[in-house]
Amino acid sequence: MKAFTFERARTPAEAAAAAARTPGSRFIAGGTNLLDLMKLEIETPTHLIDVNGLGLDQIEPTPEGGLRIGALVRNTDLAADERVRRDYGVLSRALVAGASGQLRNMATTAGNLLQRTRCPYFYDTNQPCNKRAPGSGCGAIGGFSRQHAVIGVSEACIATHPSDMAVALRVLDAIVETIRPDGSTRKIAIADFHRLPGDQPQIETVLEAGELITAVTLPKPVGGAHIYYKVRDRASYAFALVSVAAIVQRDGTGRVALGGVAHKPWRVEAAEAEMPRGAQAVAGRLLAGAKPTEENAFKLKLVERAIGAALAEAKEAQP
Amino acid sequence: MKFDTPATTNPIDQLKVVGQPVDRIEGPLKTTGTARYAYERHDVAPNAAYGCVVGSAIAKGRIVAISLDAAKAARGVLAIVTAENAGKLGKGDLNTAKLLGGPEIQHYHQAIALVVAETFEQARAAAQLVQVKYERSAGAFDLAAVKDTGTKPKPGFGGPPDTAVGDFAGAFASAAVQFDATYTTPDQSHAMMEPHASTAKWDGDKLTVWTSNQMIAWSVGDMAKTLGIPKENVRLVSPYIGGGFGGKLFVRADVVLAALGARAAKRPVKVALQRPLIINNTTHRPATIQRIRLGAAKDGKISAIAHESWSGDLPEGSPETAVSQTRALYAGDHRMTAMRLVVLDLPEGNAMRAPGEASGMMALEIAMDEMAEKLGLDPIEFRIRNDTQVVPDNPAPPPGGSDPESKAKDEKAEKHNPHPPFSQRRLTECFRTGAERFGWSQRNAAPGKTRDGKWLVGTGVAAAFRNNLVMKSGARVRLDKHGTVTVETDMTDIGTGSYTIIAQTAAEMMGVPLNKVVVRLGDSNFPVSAGSGGQWGGNSSASGVYAACVKLREAVTQKLGFNAADVQFADGQVKSGGRTAPLAQAAGEGGLAAEDTIEFEGLDKKYQQSTFGAHFVEVGVHALTGEVRVRRMLAVCAAGRILNPKTARSQVIGAMTMGVGAALMEELAVDKRHGFFVNHDLAGYEVPVHADIPHQDVVFLDETDPISSPLKAKGVGELGICGIAAAVANAIYHATGVRVRDYPVTLDKLLDGLPSAG
Repeated sequence: MKAFTFERARTPAEAAAAAARTPGSRFIAGGTNLLDLMKLEIETPTHLIDVNGLGLDQIEPTPEGGLRIGALVRNTDLAADERVRRDYGVLSRALVAGASGQLRNMATTAGNLLQRTRCPYFYDTNQPCNKRAPGSGCGAIGGFSRQHAVIGVSEACIATHPSDMAVALRVLDAIVETIRPDGSTRKIAIADFHRLPGDQPQIETVLEAGELITAVTLPKPVGGAHIYYKVRDRASYAFALVSVAAIVQRDGTGRVALGGVAHKPWRVEAAEAEMPRGAQAVAGRLLAGAKPTEENAFKLKLVERAIGAALAEAKEAQP
Repeated sequence: MKFDTPATTNPIDQLKVVGQPVDRIEGPLKTTGTARYAYERHDVAPNAAYGCVVGSAIAKGRIVAISLDAAKAARGVLAIVTAENAGKLGKGDLNTAKLLGGPEIQHYHQAIALVVAETFEQARAAAQLVQVKYERSAGAFDLAAVKDTGTKPKPGFGGPPDTAVGDFAGAFASAAVQFDATYTTPDQSHAMMEPHASTAKWDGDKLTVWTSNQMIAWSVGDMAKTLGIPKENVRLVSPYIGGGFGGKLFVRADVVLAALGARAAKRPVKVALQRPLIINNTTHRPATIQRIRLGAAKDGKISAIAHESWSGDLPEGSPETAVSQTRALYAGDHRMTAMRLVVLDLPEGNAMRAPGEASGMMALEIAMDEMAEKLGLDPIEFRIRNDTQVVPDNPAPPPGGSDPESKAKDEKAEKHNPHPPFSQRRLTECFRTGAERFGWSQRNAAPGKTRDGKWLVGTGVAAAFRNNLVMKSGARVRLDKHGTVTVETDMTDIGTGSYTIIAQTAAEMMGVPLNKVVVRLGDSNFPVSAGSGGQWGGNSSASGVYAACVKLREAVTQKLGFNAADVQFADGQVKSGGRTAPLAQAAGEGGLAAEDTIEFEGLDKKYQQSTFGAHFVEVGVHALTGEVRVRRMLAVCAAGRILNPKTARSQVIGAMTMGVGAALMEELAVDKRHGFFVNHDLAGYEVPVHADIPHQDVVFLDETDPISSPLKAKGVGELGICGIAAAVANAIYHATGVRVRDYPVTLDKLLDGLPSAG
């Protein structure tokens, strides 16, 4: 870990301004991912801005009938919130499918969105990685790629976004609220928040330098059965091979988003028109243009089957 | 004490303390965090500096240049050790690659430097500043690709590389039913909780290392050899070990580098291998390719059996002895086994829990399941029909060396028996007992036919088999004026329960309650024991304590002037001929002490000593996604006298859990271009979590084996992992009809064979 300076910000605007003032700075909240990366010198911030004291830890109703989740709401608290469990079950389920109890106690809503890939080549500083060291190449392409992305990939990077929560937020059409160093705020649709790798896989979101997430808002509830189906090699405490966030209405219409298959939560709205026709049709549209490796081609079939499992669960949930 | 005739009645048979399911005596220390592990020995090595290991960034090649300037200038740095400045180092007998590499690099993450600093954080930061220029050379990293370059390994722990009985080829060709399949097992990591860790301190030319090590005497020898100093100048202390599984049988880089770092920094130095380094820096269970051929008559009697195995290791390394159980487990007049070793430039392979059998049984016990189906026989019935009470293929030991001592030994050795009897073998009873308890008779034999909602349900069985090794083991026992018995031996407790069974043995022998026994382990100042490995530790070390206690009883008897013929030790009293005296009285002010070593002679040659079991597993496989959930597990074990049913059960369920990992998820992923294990942390190398493991039942058949030791016990720590993975794989086949022969059985290998999603 490289030496760094540290400050505690008192307001969101102050935090954003401080970040703009100090190049090489990072915000730190729960630290569940950033600290690991710093120990391995994958992240080498020169300055940390502690945002834990900003008071962004409330979940409040919005005038539109939705919920506004403070950036610092811990994953455990968010998953347990009565309103979330009642109206946004897919989010609660996605959260508890991720990490461990201890990690969820620390991890925050904003931090979860900003966590970085768990690609093993990203984590091993001896290996090439365009995300860690732009221009050095991609170790995973032609290497061990069983966990990697199958769609939206580039020749520079086939990493996945590891979050479960983000997949649920995607299917819920959440909005990310931010504040910029100049004090202006903006709202970013979750669909636009994460980027595909392209030739700059090191840039993972549309956030600008110093821009701080203050909240995530959920539109008013859409009803339906909320399913989060996560498939992995062991029953708990593992990243998804494939995950499915689905909201299914009684008439079979609904929404579906995927985790574990791309550099961002993967949703193709046009594919949702196929939902009444079943998993195969949905998966076909969702994964059109997929470019898997030899090692992860099974994910295409697995997506179809996991959507099938999610739809079957939805049926059981509202017979 | 020589143990060369079968045990008769002795004080252990009272079973007042031995055989009772007592809690681990050191348990409270561990649950309260007061058992100090190697990295925490601030009490004995205050003012220790911290070392951080730099691992090679390439798998094979040379260091062209190494620049330490930036690292040396970093804050807090006290010293940097490299091969260039460490002085002349030897190599231990038990490690293959050098523990401090350079300029030649033999494997990825081979240690090439240790940076010592005031704090761990400073050492870690400075380690990143060590600049190394490498020259890569081509290496072999893909076992399957170089399989055919395999050569015969030297005979070692697994016996000779080749064996043959009768005419396998002829018998196989003429067998009514033939089966031929190839299986693969991947490289696996011990993945123990406590990393390899050492704190080293020099007093003049005398070195003490507090470390985490299973085999103290082996490691003292290898440390002395590596550093080029007399053994007498090396003391190793390893009272608590947070898991080893064979990964800590030997001196590894942490021990050597802590010693070199302490010498360079002129103060105590502690080194723990960073988690991302452990997998490529230390040893692993090597991958295998195994071909099995079975020929049988229509009635299920095996006439021909062949097992060949290929594995890889660094030059001068050793094979995974995956064929050894096949020489002993099932009958059959015509047979052959063969092991071939290829050179791979991956990190070195070595023992991991039940080396040989764990991998071999993964293949053999699927093959038996497949053959049973081919024969139209129940898999249990097929195994029972091929049970044997003698070893079908017992190869002659290699001839001894030319030195006079081994020549004399060879002449003295009894004529080699190619089919020795088993001392005890109740495999059939294990299967019958298990079948009854598990409800095997209710099973629909047809695969893919049992369903529970969205789950395809299947059951599978496999035999468990692991040889029982016995090793010379010493102990010292002291009695003080308070009647407290203190046992000292360099035996280790790797979480197995050694402390407890040793205390039970001493308590039984000396007639005192368990709380009057103190056990001190893992210090090379104590008598040399069997150590912890190969499931020999419990039986052998407790027998060593037995031997020392026999001597102490004699000393007590003599001191009290009692008659040895009828003396009894019970309730802290010694009784003989109507006289009674407190045990403490014999100790007097100065106390009494006795030391002895049990030496096993002859019986292990006359009889085959093995442990047996039967594994039963029920799994559910998600009909759509192929996710596997183990639903029930039962192991029935026949392993001699069980010294402590509680700690023994813990050993077996732990091994079963590890076997579920082997069956379903554990695999070191090889980057075949760059030659390293890619998933080198506990996020990438998945082992089972609680949610993967259902309730586990363990049954021990009531058994004593007077051939094995005075305690009539055997090893049990590794039996539980042998066969279990195959039982899981067989259950998955029964659930789905999909036969997977390449471990681990991950869902991607099942998807194509599952019912269609529609």
